[in-house]
Amino acid sequence: MSNPTVDVPRTVSAGGAGRFLIWASIVLLCAWVLVPIYLLMVNALSSPAQVSGFPKSGLPGFDFASLQFFAGFAGVAKALWNSILVAVLTMALSIGIGAPAGYALSRFDFPGKEVFRMLVVMTRAFPLPLLALPLAVMFIRTGLDDTALGLALVHTVLAIPFAVLITFSLFSGIPLELEEAAWTLGCNRWQAFQRVVLPLVLPGIAASAVFAFTISWNEVFAAAVLTIENRTLPAFLIQNLNVSPLHLKFAGGAAMVIPALIFIFAVRKYLFAMWGIANR
Amino acid sequence: MPARFLPYLMLLPATIFLLVFFVYPFIQIAILAVTQDGGFSLQPITTMATHWKFNAALGWTVLLAAVVVPLQLVMALSMATIVTKLKTGRSTILYIFSIPLGLSDLAAGIVWLAIFEQSGFLNSMLAGLGVIEQPILFLGYQNIWVIFLAVVLAELWRATAIVMVILVSGMGLIPKEYYEAGEVFGANGWQRFWRITLPLLRPSLQSALILRTLAAFEVFAVVTALGGTTLPVLMGETFNWQFAMQDRNVASAYALVILGISIAATLFFLRALRVPKGATI
Repeated sequence: MSNPTVDVPRTVSAGGAGRFLIWASIVLLCAWVLVPIYLLMVNALSSPAQVSGFPKSGLPGFDFASLQFFAGFAGVAKALWNSILVAVLTMALSIGIGAPAGYALSRFDFPGKEVFRMLVVMTRAFPLPLLALPLAVMFIRTGLDDTALGLALVHTVLAIPFAVLITFSLFSGIPLELEEAAWTLGCNRWQAFQRVVLPLVLPGIAASAVFAFTISWNEVFAAAVLTIENRTLPAFLIQNLNVSPLHLKFAGGAAMVIPALIFIFAVRKYLFAMWGIANR
Repeated sequence: MPARFLPYLMLLPATIFLLVFFVYPFIQIAILAVTQDGGFSLQPITTMATHWKFNAALGWTVLLAAVVVPLQLVMALSMATIVTKLKTGRSTILYIFSIPLGLSDLAAGIVWLAIFEQSGFLNSMLAGLGVIEQPILFLGYQNIWVIFLAVVLAELWRATAIVMVILVSGMGLIPKEYYEAGEVFGANGWQRFWRITLPLLRPSLQSALILRTLAAFEVFAVVTALGGTTLPVLMGETFNWQFAMQDRNVASAYALVILGISIAATLFFLRALRVPKGATI
């Protein structure tokens, strides 16, 4: 009994120094992540005069003139609406197309499975926003140019590898026996899926849908190339960067950041599972 | 309907979708890049290669990736190591660390613009400390290296999270027994990191590096937000040719260059960090 009591102080003090170092670096790293966001919010919550004033105090003026200016600026409301529309379409398309593929990959063994997996994995070796260049031509021919659907199709290419891989892992996590039990009790495949599998995977599917939404919400290049009248918020901002006053830029930046923060918070539980799988 | 067609039926939408919107457009890019007025021509490529901005754009893009990606790897490895050591508050810290994951490159550019612009927070801080009297124009065209530095910081800030998340999930797959065995044989923390964590993390390192390097080659909105067109990059030039110059053939030639260096980087990382057959965890 005496030995451990002798040992205890030494390990505690060594661990204490290590602890301190770890927590010091954690505080530093958290500051590195959070302070820039805070500074953007300070600017967004200050009046235009405060935004271009110098020197700055680092405290917000709690003046909503910048945000009001942004909200009332010609084209902003429409851009916001387009952003949401495109993101919702992307979400629906990528889950609607990706989830069946994920289910098939997790439940069946069939010739050609590896070829399909390669096709999905290959998308990650290509700079996908560049797709917008040739698709711009194709869309003009088919009447999809400058539409929310056209842009959503490109964003779906970005989101679909994630949708397939995430749903694949979700379905793989549900034992086949559960479905088989439902079959023996008289369900057909679709009923068994609907009543047994779907309720279990729904939260995960929702998370990957949010992830698809975020991908589309944030995408700049393809959006700027493919839309002219119906710009999304990032496309609108980048197109007007060199002509917009500072307070408009910062209010616009804040309008992009805040929803993104909420999305990431919503899917935080699934982030690591998603990327753990996306590795393979 | 026979059950063996079911999986193909379920894969059909995704396959058709990827063929139409992924494979076909990339073939189109290659065709557009060697077409002029409807016929085969190397003119777009010559126009691109002899344009005065091309070498600069290619150089800055590659330099940016060469600076940002290794730094991100080191930062992400430290973050991931710290997080895996934590017992309390782990999920909160992980959430904070992964916040930038959800931000777009444009938003990141605007965030760092708030710091670097002339009436921004860096100048305010320097003035507050009495270092400077007048605010400095950091992001002017005569300070191209300051713009480069600001872009590097913004990229480090925004995109390190994704590397960290990949590495944390990779570290979670390494069985604890290896570390216990290492400890039994007297390996200290540093040795365990070099001899156990890093080698077993190779698949995650590989995907993180491929993903990040490719994204670094696609850098665009951050640069535009911070430096306008002062710092030329490949993606920005592609955008310029598509819009300002209205020449989608030259834009496609640029796209082909980005595609080329992306594939080269992917092949490089696939080879350099090859996982020996049968050596997966």
